Amino acid sequence: METLSITSWKLACRVEDTIENGGICLKLADQQVALFYFKRRNEWYATQNECPHKRQMILSRGMIGSLGDQPKIACPFHKKTFALDTGECLSGDECAIKTYPVKVENGCVYIALQN
Amino acid sequence: MNAKKVVIIGNGMVGHRFCEKLSKKQPNFELVVFGEEPIPAYDRVHLTDYLGKKTLDDLFLAKNKWYEENNIELHLHDPILQINTAEKCVISQNGIQTPYDYLVFATGSAPFAPVIPGLDKEGVFLYRTIEDLDRIKAYAATARKGAVIGGGLLGLEAAKALVDLGIQETAVVEFAPRLMPRQIDDMASSILQNKLQALGLTCFLQKSTTQILGDQQITGLAFADDTQLESDILIISAGIKPRDELAKAAGLTLGPRGGILVDEHMRTSDPAIFAIGECALYNDMIYGLVAPGYEMASVAATTISGEQQRFTGFDMSTKLKLMGVDVASFGDPFITEPHARTILLEDKNKGIYKRLNISPDGTRLLGGILVGEAASYNMLLQTVTNNMPLPEHPETLLLGEQSESKPAGAGLEALPDTALICSCEGITKAQICDAVTQQGCEHADDVKKCTKAGSGCGGCVPMVKDLVAYTLKKQGKYIRNTICEHFNFSRQELFDLIKIHELRTYDSVLDDLGTGHGCEVCKPLVSSLLASLWNEMILSKGNDVAQDSNDRFLANIQRGGTYSVVPRIPGGEITPEKLIVIGEVAQKYGLYTKITGGQRIDLFGAYLNDLPLIWEELIAAGFESGHAYGKALRTVKSCVGSTWCRFGLHDSVSFAIQIEERYRGIRSPHKLKSAVSGCIRECAEAQSKDFGIIATEKGWNLYVCGNGGSKPQHAQLLASDIDSATCLRYLDRFLMFYIHTADPLTRTATWLNKMEGGIEYLRNVVVEDSLDMAATWEKEMDALVAAYQCEWKVAVSDPEIRKRFVHFVNAPAEKDETVKFEVMRGQKKAADWNAPVTP
Repeated sequence: METLSITSWKLACRVEDTIENGGICLKLADQQVALFYFKRRNEWYATQNECPHKRQMILSRGMIGSLGDQPKIACPFHKKTFALDTGECLSGDECAIKTYPVKVENGCVYIALQN
Repeated sequence: MNAKKVVIIGNGMVGHRFCEKLSKKQPNFELVVFGEEPIPAYDRVHLTDYLGKKTLDDLFLAKNKWYEENNIELHLHDPILQINTAEKCVISQNGIQTPYDYLVFATGSAPFAPVIPGLDKEGVFLYRTIEDLDRIKAYAATARKGAVIGGGLLGLEAAKALVDLGIQETAVVEFAPRLMPRQIDDMASSILQNKLQALGLTCFLQKSTTQILGDQQITGLAFADDTQLESDILIISAGIKPRDELAKAAGLTLGPRGGILVDEHMRTSDPAIFAIGECALYNDMIYGLVAPGYEMASVAATTISGEQQRFTGFDMSTKLKLMGVDVASFGDPFITEPHARTILLEDKNKGIYKRLNISPDGTRLLGGILVGEAASYNMLLQTVTNNMPLPEHPETLLLGEQSESKPAGAGLEALPDTALICSCEGITKAQICDAVTQQGCEHADDVKKCTKAGSGCGGCVPMVKDLVAYTLKKQGKYIRNTICEHFNFSRQELFDLIKIHELRTYDSVLDDLGTGHGCEVCKPLVSSLLASLWNEMILSKGNDVAQDSNDRFLANIQRGGTYSVVPRIPGGEITPEKLIVIGEVAQKYGLYTKITGGQRIDLFGAYLNDLPLIWEELIAAGFESGHAYGKALRTVKSCVGSTWCRFGLHDSVSFAIQIEERYRGIRSPHKLKSAVSGCIRECAEAQSKDFGIIATEKGWNLYVCGNGGSKPQHAQLLASDIDSATCLRYLDRFLMFYIHTADPLTRTATWLNKMEGGIEYLRNVVVEDSLDMAATWEKEMDALVAAYQCEWKVAVSDPEIRKRFVHFVNAPAEKDETVKFEVMRGQKKAADWNAPVTP
């Protein structure tokens, strides 16, 4: 566990670059990663930025919310929704999205891309 | 721990369903399927359609790579030949040896062919597989007369297939004294027979075929009563026999007349082996329909995954359309005195027969038969299965469609939530109603996608449609049309509450009035209410993340993730200087330009981080936001009117500009479109708008609640010959009334259609001020108009808002390199959608 965390955490941005209760897109190691700061729940989530439905780099511009207790993201294009914690598609049969661990330390946000 | 291995023998409908069910279960299982046919599972129920408009592709049950994607090993054209139950291992025809933890027989059935001399002649076919159909199709091309042995459900289907293939004279030969002996009685059979005869299908009953005539090829049939029938093609469909030969060889216990004996968990005499579908014998019965087969698949999958589910027999009710003739049988169709009383309707004139079997005390329905007219089948079946009380005069149920005087849906209302509507998929009334109320389904098709209801045999589709209509109607009537799981209020209630509590951000509304953490339904709705109430810049106070896609970035998102930009061009009037600026901006930022339907110019293909730059230039030239992205006033279209036109009565352009500038930016339940025409020739098409104005000799005529779009509707006259000031006053009231009371995403036309009292009522409210609200609404509108500011002007000058217009937060100058364009007619267009990642 310890070795894993040393090798894979990437500095993504500072907390003030993020948007409360919304998403931003980051370019990390040539990948597009969507980072969500769910302030209402005091939770951070990172996922792939591509919506699998029409394969558009767009999820960071979607609306976050909850389904029951599950945090979710809705794609702005066709409102396909995905669980932020597991990546599972919550509306229909789309592919699940990749999710990445996030940690916040000293005002910096770190994302672990290889998990 | 290694996943347990489940081997499935047979890839028919039930075998496929089993794979679907088990692959969703935990823990994971390793699934291996062996199928005898060369193609993967297809819809055998609709096999006859294959001869009609459907292709093989339409009939396949799973998408192309479904098995692969679900990690299921599928061996087609490779039946299992041998089973070693001691070592738990199967061997296939191709020599594949596979061990198993569980083995599932889904071998189905084969057509039963009575022993008749001559069965081997050319032109004699069975009716079971796609291959059978292909052979029949090929042979039928040369045949003139056809026959089917077997007058049951399948036999009649096969006869229909022959008729569809263009065979002029087709006969059905049945051994029993009636058609469909397991489903209908003699009187029903005789009505059905007459109907089929009229359609070119002759039925011979009580005929025992003794020989198939002809040398190499069939030429006819000979019967025990010494009669003969000429025929060039023959289909045998005299029933089914379970495919149990492999099970027998493996030493499993069979029933006395065949079928693999199973218990209520579908387990055979060997606890590691299961049998489902038409090869399984449960409680002395082979279930020859797909719905019970699906139920068995579900029971076996559940049992294997270690949970509890029992098969307790299954309702064999059925409804089908035979060459356009409805035939249905439900509950116990044959029960008689003293256990039941029957009510009969026989209409030889119209070819209708109906039989209801009711309990001796007259309170419950036990079963029945419908021929010729079966619209009430689903409701009658529900009445039986849910043991619902009968009306005082149960004979009225026989009249079916004539009893329209009853309030529609009265029967649906009485149906319990638990009533099983789609028995193939096990979907209840409550689930269907939920799909409508919670998930916004408005058509049976949406419900089908959402719940799978109606995707099996399709028999329940009419009832699903009724339920959708009933549920929607109910919503429209008693609007407790709550918004979503986060707000237990209707839009109108929430509007008033936000106003009373003076809430100004989405978060405060959710904290004070809702639960949970919001969603893509309530966020834009609340944002719209906040904007309608306070008209504050929609991206301020952290409300940006609660705005819908387009409002969030004040532009319309397009394929690829770029945006289109629509500057306001009030009334469609624009100076050459401004036109040049639009052209220059489009050139500079590489935008595709198109004239819109509302007399404006749309600039497509703008990158997110170019939007503020584009708008800075547009604003500098005197443009402002056109709100094409918002549920707000779009455009007020106009004709040139009296300024140029020789027919024009008044200055329609000036009035259009005045109206557009008054209501610009105001958020409403849906978009608003308007137009002003300078005379009755109506060049601005005002009567197709949410509000439209047409000049008359004496003033203006005001029309409201028109609509183009998918359901065009003409606007209705609200007031005539009014002056400009009165017109604006009426519009203030009309718009505020709409903003206050309409359901989310409801255009004015739909809003009026749902309004009790219709246009008369609306006129009373707006013109006569029957609600005494006119002064309040006019004041509210004045406040909104006074609070207007161009959103884009605010956005480009507020650094906090402006910094959100980037794609990569950590590389703000970079553009999304995945955006692709193509060239068409000298301009760019968005590349087509990428192929989806399939699950």
